[in-house]
Amino acid sequence: MLDRRDFVSQLLIDRGDLLVVSGLGSATYDVAAAGDHPLNFYLWGAMGGAAMIGLGLALARPKSRVAVLTGDGDMLMGLGSLATIGVKQPRNLAIVVLDNAHYGETGMQPSHTQAGVDLVAMALACRFTHARAVSRIAEAAAVRALLHAGDGPILVSARIGSDDVPRVLPLRDGHVIKQRFVAALNSV
Amino acid sequence: MRVRSSLHTTTDIEASWPDAIYAQFRRVGVRQVGYVPDAGHSRLIALCRDDPDIADVVLTTEEEGVGLVAGAALGGERAALLMQSSGVGNCINMFSLLRNCGFGCVVLVTMRGEFGEFNPWQVPMGAITEDVLRLAGFLTYRVEQADAVDEIVGAGCDMAYAGDLQVAILLSQRLIGPKQWTR
Repeated sequence: MLDRRDFVSQLLIDRGDLLVVSGLGSATYDVAAAGDHPLNFYLWGAMGGAAMIGLGLALARPKSRVAVLTGDGDMLMGLGSLATIGVKQPRNLAIVVLDNAHYGETGMQPSHTQAGVDLVAMALACRFTHARAVSRIAEAAAVRALLHAGDGPILVSARIGSDDVPRVLPLRDGHVIKQRFVAALNSV
Repeated sequence: MRVRSSLHTTTDIEASWPDAIYAQFRRVGVRQVGYVPDAGHSRLIALCRDDPDIADVVLTTEEEGVGLVAGAALGGERAALLMQSSGVGNCINMFSLLRNCGFGCVVLVTMRGEFGEFNPWQVPMGAITEDVLRLAGFLTYRVEQADAVDEIVGAGCDMAYAGDLQVAILLSQRLIGPKQWTR
């Protein structure tokens, strides 16, 4: 099992111009904890939408790399997005599911992945170029390399522990998050 | 690119209203179009699919399109959504993304469950579609006549993309024609 904060921090080391979308709840807190950045688009809602935001961004910016970091609950709510992404085959899009097999924001109820529902198999069935599960911190460097140079679409299911970690709260005003992101991207 | 009503017969206009929408997409530089396949939008979908400057994104459910619009806008591109009135109901919570962040968006809604509808199962959602859109923060405009499509869609696109507003244009079932039960 991975320590979620350690894993996300290692993914975002020396991130350069990587564009990051974080799913609501703990994924947003993890990305914030790794260091605030203007090219982070933090979600605080819109559950089920993170992967599709990544697709729209990847299509708009084919020369940039786009990483969606989100939880298993968000990904499960947007499973159809995997099929939609599979049709478009964005080479520059990677999704990292921080999978603790629980709905952490609502009281740690078990999620579908705890019962063995397999997001990696779903991604492969949806024509993702690369999909794998990781559970050891030694694999973080390889996942980071995929985010920066892998041939997408990519999905990584990161098996993280279900320990409670302190919340790290980033910007919450959606207009500010958007404007800051757009301004930073214009100067890339 | 504009369809000018003075140059077309009534029949031309009735057949070409999707072309007028497409011409407006070209004029304002729409680069991504998300849709769930729909008979009323079939000609417009075909026009977008044939355009190498437009990424056409077929969705499994309409709410995916809301995320698509947001991502496109973050990347500096304008995106529009095509859906049937029933699809509006699938989007309600996701629409909060557009409102919270001020993502400009044009949604073209082909109406079911109103004028001449044969299928009563379409009526409950069709009857509340415009109210739902307004409650979700959209400006809504209805189009009843083919010769008004160009002007209304053009005005809607300008408001949405220049002002980061959410605009929905409801294409009435009277304009589209009732769904043909047999082909």
